[in-house]
Amino acid sequence: MSEVTASPTTAPGSDRPMIEIDHLNKWYGNFHVLRDINLTVTKGERIVICGPSGSGKSTMIRCINHLEEHQQGSIVVNGVPMTHDVKRIEQIRRNVGMVFQHFNLFPHLTVLENCCLSQIWVQKKPRAEAEKTAMEYLERVQIADQALKYPGQLSGGQQQRVAIARALCMRPEVMLFDEPTSALDPEMIKEVLDVMIELAHEGMTMLCVTHEMGFAKTVADRVIFMDQGQIIEEAPPTEFFNNPRSERTQLFLSQILGH
Amino acid sequence: MTDSTFRTEMIEAREAPDQSRGVIGWFRANLFNGPINSIISILVILLLARLVWPFLEWAVIDADWIGTTRDACTGEGACWVFISARFESIVYGFYPEAARWRVDIVFALLAILVAWLAIPKMPRKKWVALFTLIGFPIIAFVLLVGGMFGLQHVPTRAWGGLMLTLTIAVVGIVGSLPLGIILALGRRSKMPFVKGVCVIFIEFWRGVPLITVLFMASVMLPLFVPGNIDFDKLVRALIGIMFFWSAYMAEVIRSGLQAIGKGQNEAGQALGLSYWHRMGLIILPQALKLVIPGIVNTFIALFKDTSLVLIIGLFDLLAIIRAGLTDSNWLGFSTEGYVFAAAVYWVFCFSMSRYSQYIERRLNTGHKR
Repeated sequence: MSEVTASPTTAPGSDRPMIEIDHLNKWYGNFHVLRDINLTVTKGERIVICGPSGSGKSTMIRCINHLEEHQQGSIVVNGVPMTHDVKRIEQIRRNVGMVFQHFNLFPHLTVLENCCLSQIWVQKKPRAEAEKTAMEYLERVQIADQALKYPGQLSGGQQQRVAIARALCMRPEVMLFDEPTSALDPEMIKEVLDVMIELAHEGMTMLCVTHEMGFAKTVADRVIFMDQGQIIEEAPPTEFFNNPRSERTQLFLSQILGH
Repeated sequence: MTDSTFRTEMIEAREAPDQSRGVIGWFRANLFNGPINSIISILVILLLARLVWPFLEWAVIDADWIGTTRDACTGEGACWVFISARFESIVYGFYPEAARWRVDIVFALLAILVAWLAIPKMPRKKWVALFTLIGFPIIAFVLLVGGMFGLQHVPTRAWGGLMLTLTIAVVGIVGSLPLGIILALGRRSKMPFVKGVCVIFIEFWRGVPLITVLFMASVMLPLFVPGNIDFDKLVRALIGIMFFWSAYMAEVIRSGLQAIGKGQNEAGQALGLSYWHRMGLIILPQALKLVIPGIVNTFIALFKDTSLVLIIGLFDLLAIIRAGLTDSNWLGFSTEGYVFAAAVYWVFCFSMSRYSQYIERRLNTGHKR
């Protein structure tokens, strides 16, 4: 890129960048969903992205593992630049775990098989080894006792914890969370957040699209506020919640916190 | 203002009350629960008896079963001697008598393999399936066609009867399912060329009647193929039937693919699975399960429509029975012939239908909410 206008933000105390998004632009037809996004995430950084619906936050993190295609700008993940080449995309995806709003577990496979599938077919691990890794992570999300059940037999919170374990089984460098608690009953949100907080404490690089402001205050290194496809404000959580600079941010915060 | 209530002891779960009623109880509750219903039930039962009884009389009670010639037919009911006397030709067509053991072996082997694959408890499914798809066709081809390993060559024009019907049906079923899967995936492809080819293929074959396909295969194709390249007539018919039904199959399978949410594919993508892994491990197992009724429906239609090959001069089960009707020794037994043909078709189709229901129940592991 020759015409660099604004230097990507770099967090304090960083060593090497894990994700570098530079002048990212994306359109759905004629609709400009992502406008000039610049974002650098360093290894071990925890980032919470919030904003009103339709602001492009999900679209942005979905670009990082190429579930969405962008038209302009560049994305580099763990030193690998994103191209249209399928092999390259699959290489990046192996390093990036993702957790979805609606869990997206494979309903025809047991919990254990869900966790083993990509280990066996992508990482070419022997089944026994894959199952061992899977049980390890299922243990960590405290659901090992349900390993032989089908997803449909579990509660929403349990399913989401399985989804987290499934992503972790690939030993990713980065985890993306796309509104992981939005589809859950209130009493199940905590069990999922606890797992995420634990993961954050272990030093996983995380990008979370979420409206759980408590989670943001506890673990985030940076909070990013998006609106109309652009990053409006980014700041450490104390600053973000106590002294939001932009008027839009203030309005948004007053709406979600002020009831 | 309402009084507030609260509970200190939880209610334990109790067993459901007995709701079974027995046969007589069922009849009383469903057919004779009131004067009007009782009258209607009795009328319907009488009507059924009136219709079914004469058929039973004709087909079973007054029928002639034993004998070898027309003289055994006493004339009251059906004369099944017509079928038993011609049974060999109904099964084997004009296949040379000395080589019929080869047909027996092929279909016995097929029956064993199908049973092996159909019964869930049997071990080594993977290898048996592989053998069924690769080894068996080669063995069947060698045995049925002959002309090698010292086996007498039997041209396909000598094939006929049930053996021909089954051959066409099995090749059609085994060929049209994978082809249909490929076409269905191709039609959903983002690559314009692949998509275009699949759409044109499907729409062309769906748009022409099977009879036309068979006519074109047997009459028109030889006109276009230059020189003395001689495609076997049966092979041409088989390819026509396979293509025709694969187009139907593709649309059935596509409807299953549409029903799988895009989150499933995205989850597979996010895990780094390649396109073929995603399709083979995640999407197709779910989609095919959803459309088992549609797939089996297509199989059944295919099985019955094999009888259309009689218009291009192949003697399948139905055609060979019809040919028997013109035998001057056996004039006037068309009812027996057609009833028998119908019964054979029905047995095969009904078996497929029952098996599909069984598979549906088995695969329904209760994980759909």
